[in-house]
Amino acid sequence: MSVYRDIAKNSLWKQNPILGQLLGLCPTLAITTTFVNSFSLGLATTLVMAVANFAVSSLRSFIPFEVRIPIFILIIAALVTVVQLAMNAWLHDLYLVLGIFIPLIVTNCIVLARVEAFAAKNSVAMSTWDGAMMGLGLTAVISVLGFIREFLGQGTVLGGIDLVVHGAKAIQVLPNDYPGFLIAILPPGAFFVLGLMIAARNWIDARANERARQRLVQVQQAPA
Amino acid sequence: MSDLPDHIEVPPPAESSVLRISVRTATILLLFTLVFTALMAATYYATRPAIERSARAEKMKLIGEVLPHDMYDNDLLADNATLPPETALGLDDPSTVYRARKDGQPVALVVEAAAPDGYAGRIGLLLAVAADGRLLAMRITQSNETPGLGDYIDPRKDKNKAHPWIDQFKNKSLDEVKPEQWKVKKDGGIFDAHTGATISARAVTNASGRALAWIVRHRDQLFELPTGGRLEEQP
Repeated sequence: MSVYRDIAKNSLWKQNPILGQLLGLCPTLAITTTFVNSFSLGLATTLVMAVANFAVSSLRSFIPFEVRIPIFILIIAALVTVVQLAMNAWLHDLYLVLGIFIPLIVTNCIVLARVEAFAAKNSVAMSTWDGAMMGLGLTAVISVLGFIREFLGQGTVLGGIDLVVHGAKAIQVLPNDYPGFLIAILPPGAFFVLGLMIAARNWIDARANERARQRLVQVQQAPA
Repeated sequence: MSDLPDHIEVPPPAESSVLRISVRTATILLLFTLVFTALMAATYYATRPAIERSARAEKMKLIGEVLPHDMYDNDLLADNATLPPETALGLDDPSTVYRARKDGQPVALVVEAAAPDGYAGRIGLLLAVAADGRLLAMRITQSNETPGLGDYIDPRKDKNKAHPWIDQFKNKSLDEVKPEQWKVKKDGGIFDAHTGATISARAVTNASGRALAWIVRHRDQLFELPTGGRLEEQP
């Protein structure tokens, strides 16, 4: 079971798709204008990643090495289309919000990266788990990013929630006459906030490493 | 460097085996393509009724937003006519006009239009125009404007819920607002637009002005067309 725990830890923190591997930045920067957008697209991506990893891992013995990439892309594109049609049919309101971003999941390189680096070499259960966890790692990061950008840019929390949950309302946190902070909404704002988040992660990692080193030094000195 | 003597020659693979591998790889690729295309086709057919149903329900809901149900007593979706592709409406495809009547008297026309020059492509519009030439209301049917920036043109995404941007077009007519004033303020017109996000507002404003002028000009013709009829293109 510890393999699964390692995969989860890797996906959510150590090799987080965005903070660690810096993959899939196009949707990260494009859609993280609000928390609701980010979270919804994150979940859709998670679903595609889990199913794509499942499919590739199940079929991996039939896929010739030379043409694996076209086949991976084919599988991912087909699954995204299926997810898109299903959302259009049964989650129509959410589909209207995410609209053009769903097909973009195909171009999100993190999906192909996990298929190629993990699902093509590992068991079905582990691959599916890896896809889901990587997806959740991505969802967590873009949700925080969307939350910060929305708060800075528009002064609201959960803007657009009424499109997903009927009757729910956005919370205006900052005063109503808050003029807005345009750059947070524009793509450069996404770069700035993402940069700060990566810095924060590196700082936390560096501090943890420093503590571990000091503990090690103490342990070595104690018996002497 | 390797210690292998350099006179060892790797025999070239036999021609037939190269061919066999190529054919095998291509066949597998083809099989994958067929299977996954079949999967997509099956999903398409399975979801189509639900997608069409939600599109129709959404259309009725949208029409309800531009034209209150108590203003007319006919079967609005049935009382329709087809319009040819019309540049004044910004449309490249035939569209449908719905005609609202009360006690047989013309009340309003519900017409689709589009602004081709939004910040992120086409913006679909739905206009309800009263028989007296007033623009009763307008809604966005489709747009890809920047979330949080240009998308305030759509009242569902407008932060100002009390006075959405699009409400300033309510009940305006071209008798009241001259065509040269049917513009955003930045272009010398009378309509507001958010600072720094004028392009979306300008596209919608200009498109609605063009569409309204066209609808008013063809008003009587549109009301008189037989149900399911088609407006002939002007020579």
